[in-house]
Amino acid sequence: MRAQRFQDALFHQTTRFFAFSVLAILAAILGSLLYGAWPAIKEFGFGFPFSAEWNPVTDKFGGLISVYGTLSTSVIALVVAIPVSFGIAVFLTELCPPVLRSPLGVAVELLAAVPSIIYGMWGLFVFAPLFADYVQPALSATLGNVPFVGALFQGPKNGIGVLSAGLILAVMVIPFIASVMRDVFEVVPGILKESAYGLGATTWEVVWNVVLPYTRVGVIGGVMLGLGRALGETMAVTFVIGNAHRISPSLYEAGNSIASTLANEFAEAASDLHVASLIALGLILFFVTFVVLALSKLLLMRLGRMEGEKT
Amino acid sequence: MQGFVRACSFVVALGGAAVVQAADITGAGATFPYPIYSKWAEIYKAKTNVGLNYQSIGSGGGIKQIKAKTVDFGASDMPLKAEELEKDGLVQFPAVIGGVVPVVNLDGVAPGAMKMTGAVLADIYLGKIKKWNDPAIVALNTGVKLPDENITVVRRADGSGTTFLFTNYLSKVSVEWKDKVGMGTAVQWPEGVGGKGNEGVASYVQRIKGGIGYVEYAYAKKNKMIHLSLKNKAGEYVQPDDLTFQAAAAYAEWSKVPGFGEILTEQPGKTSWPITGASFVLMHKVQADAAKGGEVLKFFDWAFKNGQKTAEDLDYVALPAALVKQIDVAWRSGLKDASGHPIWK
Repeated sequence: MRAQRFQDALFHQTTRFFAFSVLAILAAILGSLLYGAWPAIKEFGFGFPFSAEWNPVTDKFGGLISVYGTLSTSVIALVVAIPVSFGIAVFLTELCPPVLRSPLGVAVELLAAVPSIIYGMWGLFVFAPLFADYVQPALSATLGNVPFVGALFQGPKNGIGVLSAGLILAVMVIPFIASVMRDVFEVVPGILKESAYGLGATTWEVVWNVVLPYTRVGVIGGVMLGLGRALGETMAVTFVIGNAHRISPSLYEAGNSIASTLANEFAEAASDLHVASLIALGLILFFVTFVVLALSKLLLMRLGRMEGEKT
Repeated sequence: MQGFVRACSFVVALGGAAVVQAADITGAGATFPYPIYSKWAEIYKAKTNVGLNYQSIGSGGGIKQIKAKTVDFGASDMPLKAEELEKDGLVQFPAVIGGVVPVVNLDGVAPGAMKMTGAVLADIYLGKIKKWNDPAIVALNTGVKLPDENITVVRRADGSGTTFLFTNYLSKVSVEWKDKVGMGTAVQWPEGVGGKGNEGVASYVQRIKGGIGYVEYAYAKKNKMIHLSLKNKAGEYVQPDDLTFQAAAAYAEWSKVPGFGEILTEQPGKTSWPITGASFVLMHKVQADAAKGGEVLKFFDWAFKNGQKTAEDLDYVALPAALVKQIDVAWRSGLKDASGHPIWK
C-alpha cells in the first residue's frame, strides 16, 4: 500500500519535473537571447526593429528588412496555402471516392515529412527556372498592370526573390494545414451533415455552414501551426529568397528573412556587434512567434465567447 | 570491488587513448584552403602517422577559436592587423595562395574572351551599369556580341574571405566603391542577390541568364564557368591561372608587413592577376605545449616543401621559395615555448 503511494508520488513528481523543464528551457532560451543581444540593444535601442540599415563595414545594424522579409513570405505562404489546404481537406473528407482517400491522405502527410533542405534545392534548381520562364512573365503581363498591386509583380524575372520564397513556404505548410483540417473535418458528426443534405443543401453549403463553424477552432489551430512553420523556416527560404538586405516594392526582388539572415551570417559574423545584432534578430523572431500564438489564442477565446452568446 | 577496479582500468585506458590521440593536430577556420589542407593532411598522415583534424568553419570562426585556444592553429583568408596580432599574442603566416575570378552567364561568350576593368566591375556591383550592352562594357569588348540583357549581380550572402579580397580589390580601383561600400568579409551590398558559399554563388550565376558573380578559381574551373579576363595594374588583360596568381605573389613585399599580412590584390607586374590572395595560419606566440606547436610547424614545413604538386592539382598556388625562407625565419624568432626557448630550430 505504502509502496504504491510512494510510486504514485514519484510518478507525480517526475511528470511535473518534465512539464516544468519545458518552462525552464523556454526561460533559459529567452534569457540567453537577451544576454547575447544586449550589446545590440544597448547600441541601437528600441529603434533596432525599425531601422533598415545593415552594414557590417560601419557596424550599423537594424532589423526592419529581415522582419519585413519574414512577415511578407509568411503572408504569401498563408494566402496561397489556406485555400489549397481547405480544398484538399474538403475533397478528402466529403467528395473523395473511398479508394483514393487513403493514398491521397498519405501523400499529403509524406509531403510534410520531406526535409526542408530538399524543398530548398528543389526550389532553386527546379521551381525557380520554371517560375522565371513561365509564371513571372505571365504574372507581370496580367496582375502587373493592375493599379496599386501592379508594382508587386514587376521586376527582375529570375525566379529568385520574396515571392518564390513565399510560394515554396506555401508548399511546405500545405501538408500541415491540410492534414489538421482533414482530421477536424472528419470528426463532424455525420448526423449534422446529413440533416443539412436532407434539407437540400449543396456540398458547398454543408461545408461552409455546417462543417466549418463546427471545426473553427481546429482549423485556426492548423493555420497557426502552418504559420509557425513558415515564420521560422530557414533552409528552404535561404535557397530561394536571394539573401539581399533590401526592401523593395516588388515581390520579384531578392530579400532576406530573419531565419535566412541568421543562417547566412552567423558563422562568419566578424564584429561582436554583428553577432549581437543577429541574436537580437533571433529575439525578435521569438517575439513575433509568441505574439502570433497569443493572438490566435485570443481569437479562439473570442470565438468561444461569441458562441456562448449565440446559444 | 571488482567493478571498481574495472572502471579504474577503463579510465586509465581512456587516458592512454587520449595520449595516442594527442599526436593529431587540430585546426579550424577558412573554408577556402580546406580542400588543400585535407589533401596535404592525408598524404602527411600516411608518411608520419600524424593526422590533422581541420574544421572549415569559416575565417571568423577560425580567429575566434585560436583566440580561445581550442585549436592548435586557426586559419583566416583575411590577414589580421599587426595591432590585433600583438594584442592576442599571435603569429601569422601565409600557407597557400589562390585567386578570385569574376564569372558570368552570357550566351555566345567563350571563357576568358570577355574583357573587364576594375572600374567597370565596380560600377556593375554599384548598380550603375545595368545592361550587358552598356557602352562602358561594349567599349572594352569590340568584336564580342553583347546582348541587350539585364545584369543580375550575384555575391556572397555569408561573410567570407573571398568577399574580403573582392571588395578590397574594388576599393582599390574605385573611389566611389571605397566611399560608399568599403571592404570587409561582409559589406552592405548596393545590388544583387546573395548565394551562400562559393557553390551558392556559382549555382546562382549558372542559373540566372545575364548573371555575374565572383568565386574562387577552383570553383570556376570545376564548374566550367565563363570567367572574365581582367585588366591589371600594369594595364594588361590577364587570364586567371596559377601563373598569374604566382606573378602577383612574387611582386608582394612580404617582409614589409608584420605577420606577412600582405593583400595581393592589384599588384604590379604585367602578368599579375589582380584579385589574388593568400590564406593565413594563426598560432599563439607562446606555445604552452611546445611539442604540439612543433608538430604544426613540421606539417606546414613539409607542405611548403613537398606539397606544391598537390596544390597545383587542386588549383591552388604554393608559396614561392623565397617566401618560405622568410616564414622559416619568422618561426625561429616568433614561436616560443613556455620558458621562452624557440620551438622551431
